[in-house]
Amino acid sequence: MRFDYAPAPESRSVVSLRDSYGLFTGGEFVAGSSVFKTISPASEEVLAEVTHAGPEDVDRAVAAARHAYERTWSVMPGKERGKYLFRIARLIQERAREIAVLETLDNGKPIRESRDVDIPLAAAHFFYHAGWADKLSYAGFGPSPRPLGVAGQVIPWNFPLLMLAWKIAPALACGNTVVLKPAETTPLTALLFAEICQQADLPPGVVNVITGDGATGHALVAHPGIDKVAFTGSTEVGKEIARMCAVSGQRVTLELGGKAANIVFDDAPIDQAVEGIVNGIFFNQGHVCCAGSRLLVQESIADELMESLRRRMSRLRLGDPLDKNTDIGAVNSRAQLDKIRIFAESGVADGAERWSPACPLPDRGFWFPPTVFTGVSQAHRIAQEEIFGPVLSVLTFRTPDEAVAKANNTPYGLSAGVWTDKGSLILSVAQRLRAGVVWANTFNRFDPASPFGGYKESGYGREGGRHGLEAYLDVLGPSDVLGGQ
Amino acid sequence: MNAPAAGRPGHAARPGSSRPGPSPAGSRVVPDESTRHTDGMNEVAASDASLRRFLHGLPGVDEAGATARAGMLATRSVKTDAKRQAIDLAISMIDLTTLEGQDTPGKVRALCAKARHPGFGAPPVAAVCVYPDLAGVAAQQLRGTPVKVASVATSFPSGRAALDVKLADVKSAVAAGADEVDMVIDRGAFLSGRYRAVYEEIAAVRIACGGAHLKVILETGELGPLDNVRRASWLAMLAGADFIKTSTGKVSPAATLPVTLVMLEAVRDWREATGRRIGVKAAGGIRTAKDAIRYIVLVHETAGEDWLDARYFRLGASSLLNDLLMQRDRMETGRYSGPDYVTVD
Amino acid sequence: MSEVSEVAVSTEAGRIAVRKTYKLYVGGAFPRSESGRSYVVTDSSGGFLANAALASRKDARDAVVAARKAFAGWSGATAYNRGQVLYRIAEVLEGRRAQFAAEVRLAAGGSRARAEAEVDAAIDRWVWYAGWADKIAQVRGSANPVAGPYFNFSVPEPCGVVAVLAPQDSVLLGLVSVIAPAIVSGNTCVVVASTDRPLPAVTLGEVLATSDLPGGVVNILTGQVAEIAPWLASHMDVNAIDVTGAPGALADDMAVAAADNLKRVVRLPATDWQGEPGLDRMVSYLETKTVWHPVGS
Repeated sequence: MRFDYAPAPESRSVVSLRDSYGLFTGGEFVAGSSVFKTISPASEEVLAEVTHAGPEDVDRAVAAARHAYERTWSVMPGKERGKYLFRIARLIQERAREIAVLETLDNGKPIRESRDVDIPLAAAHFFYHAGWADKLSYAGFGPSPRPLGVAGQVIPWNFPLLMLAWKIAPALACGNTVVLKPAETTPLTALLFAEICQQADLPPGVVNVITGDGATGHALVAHPGIDKVAFTGSTEVGKEIARMCAVSGQRVTLELGGKAANIVFDDAPIDQAVEGIVNGIFFNQGHVCCAGSRLLVQESIADELMESLRRRMSRLRLGDPLDKNTDIGAVNSRAQLDKIRIFAESGVADGAERWSPACPLPDRGFWFPPTVFTGVSQAHRIAQEEIFGPVLSVLTFRTPDEAVAKANNTPYGLSAGVWTDKGSLILSVAQRLRAGVVWANTFNRFDPASPFGGYKESGYGREGGRHGLEAYLDVLGPSDVLGGQ
Repeated sequence: MNAPAAGRPGHAARPGSSRPGPSPAGSRVVPDESTRHTDGMNEVAASDASLRRFLHGLPGVDEAGATARAGMLATRSVKTDAKRQAIDLAISMIDLTTLEGQDTPGKVRALCAKARHPGFGAPPVAAVCVYPDLAGVAAQQLRGTPVKVASVATSFPSGRAALDVKLADVKSAVAAGADEVDMVIDRGAFLSGRYRAVYEEIAAVRIACGGAHLKVILETGELGPLDNVRRASWLAMLAGADFIKTSTGKVSPAATLPVTLVMLEAVRDWREATGRRIGVKAAGGIRTAKDAIRYIVLVHETAGEDWLDARYFRLGASSLLNDLLMQRDRMETGRYSGPDYVTVD
Repeated sequence: MSEVSEVAVSTEAGRIAVRKTYKLYVGGAFPRSESGRSYVVTDSSGGFLANAALASRKDARDAVVAARKAFAGWSGATAYNRGQVLYRIAEVLEGRRAQFAAEVRLAAGGSRARAEAEVDAAIDRWVWYAGWADKIAQVRGSANPVAGPYFNFSVPEPCGVVAVLAPQDSVLLGLVSVIAPAIVSGNTCVVVASTDRPLPAVTLGEVLATSDLPGGVVNILTGQVAEIAPWLASHMDVNAIDVTGAPGALADDMAVAAADNLKRVVRLPATDWQGEPGLDRMVSYLETKTVWHPVGS
């Protein structure tokens, strides 16, 4: 019998957008020199105007952060700092639906994901780090670890509020103040977060949010008043930042790209593996640095698995991100869509076989259907480079050794997945994978208590857990500082 | 028929692959639905050992993953027209059930009246489900209506009786007019690895049923891990079940979304392997319209629309019907109804 | 005492106050003692405050049953969830700050500022422990580099039901400081409150009952320590006992009785409850579990 879900859009009325947003420095919103527009990628409608921060705006934000660091935040007892972070966690929980709708509007991701993943995890991240603020002496970094100072943080557009939380929560817990620049295409939840800081009565200048493009980010990272640089984004920009920090001697952590292998052995729990593959590559339209973009499947079950995967992909629901039943939303920007298209074309040109389920795309906005390439070899561009879209490349292997060799055959090393019912195989493969996070019989799980970060060209440092604190504590002598003079 | 060959352990027994021998997807031969037992199947069922090799060669079920998938589907939002459709669909799938020691002909007559005409313009339910001694009463009440008579049998709910007693139970139900028989498997035999005994008992009941449809209750609340739910599902289908059913309703937990998910995957894969469509019945603990709609979503996104039909999916329930009726009234009038406005049967 | 009275016991002009019955807190409910007994509780200057329930050995037995029943759910909850619940206790306690300050002052005397400082410290103590719920495993757990093809790791786990003899003097801060380290990691507990000053403990039970803490995780008995404690110390379904609130000789006896089922006995030196607690109490109630798993294909 024909059955389909009627439209079930989440109400936009929980969000009240301003026409225009200033920069959040020193605890208040201030005007800047010029503005730019942020749009909804699902409809291309203009959502609001935001301020483009120029060099003088960056100066002002860094000065505000420095002032707050010296006068207030670094001298406040940890337990009181922690209370502010608990307040922020609670405010995020209280305003969760509003933030989720705004995130979905500005980013294009399905409301189900912003509601059930991004926002609860962001709140959890603040909650977790709130508890560390007065326990740093137990974290294994010496009896009284010190903060670094002012952190300049630049975050990407794929998980706007969650990446903000990953950056701000540990920085503040450890006693640093921050200047954060959200991505050009997704500034709105960071600005809403600034309002939350006001509601929390967070001392002015502890958190500063400056909006803008790559030039703003560059000005922030290069600013001499910054003691610590934290960046999440592309490997290309990450390398540039690493060079800059090598000269300046600033502490730096980088969370960069990935080309994760999701390895499925022949004894895997197939139905769950299929779910994990789908979640691994189509979660957040594949805009995930740790996405399982290379499926490595044992050749003996490849046909069977692909059949199940295609059947499952045919059930994915692409469309209005605000609809509560949508599985795949809009690609975040036209530029990203163009990039994904070029990669997909290269896959065809290289001789791989492309398949997507029947999937009508909306007329307006930026959309790309869930796509899988079979017959991919390691030499193909789509097996080597990060696509950052809903495009899966499928390769086969015959033995565990071959699977590990292929999985590691990349300059990246962020994450990997292993699917088998055999525990010892999980552990031996996990041991040999050169990746910062290995998921076994699951994929794309995140928790504030779990360190996240990559090997090799996927970056430096870890975020989350006890390990993540190190990035914001003065645990190295000056001469040990990475790239120090 | 390309049934899995016996004695091939491991993934060789996987559903979804065309065996014996490889054949590309799409070129699968769909077997004649009437061939129930084949050489391949008989080989699989030849002994405890061969059944064990087959059932333990099925892919594992990762509980965390299955639970997460069921949980995600439970967040689906079914509104307006889809909700109206789902409510009527759910009503039409109900096996309206009374299985109490205190059941009487009067109680069963009342239930049958409700089953035929639930009220509020709703469609009749699928069946009325009773104990065998009251199957005759139900048959009399439902003669000439689309509502089927379902009877539990085989010493329901424990199933702890000799085979001939169980078969007599089945035969008496069928003789009294039962269109459908809900049997329980021997969980003790299943859990002690005597798969052949479970198989033979189902097959014997299958024969005793004659023309009646056979629903095989796995009592998943007593089986432990989801791996066992998958194995019991396949075992029941191998032995000739028309339906596989979660629970008696007498054991907690009864039907759950993850268990039903695994059973729906089993019937989906069984059709892939044999071409034959087996039904699923979720029974016990389903009390609200919201619960029922979650099951419909689960069916829709797991086995697919082919199973959104009372011939292939049932909800074993009693109080559920009134909640569905209240929701139906709410959809039509725009206001919330109350328990004073639906009948107590 | 006038401000104190306003909040807790006495009357405004012309109005007769409604007094509270102070009962036990067991299994999420507030029963009277099964024995039907009560005893007079006075303020620091000897004035009548209330009749508190005088718990019997059977109340202690029931409380252990309630604690055991709650253990599976509470220890099985995620650490994040337990942390949120403990933080919720702090939130609710903060909302009743004035009431607790008044009760603490009535019970212990002293200045208003001192009572308020004790309440504030008690609230902050819940916050401190709330943060430990999802961190103690990283601080106390480990991956162990064994020589062989094995993955070997150790994780802390709660030991089970803890009997806590709460300090006799610090009626709120001390009480919180012995309960929180037990429950944060997933243990459940039976607490014997300060005998002479039990009322803040009962009121704390009201806070716990309205903070999403599952019933039975904390059970609070009021009465004579010397009467109840031996039954808890010898109880074979209690896994640990904190003898802080027992006088020295009784504490010795408790430790001996506890040996019957090798209870973990917590006997820490007298402490300034205002100071940072450290890990001692928390880790006293943890078992370390080490798991070996082969590595290989």
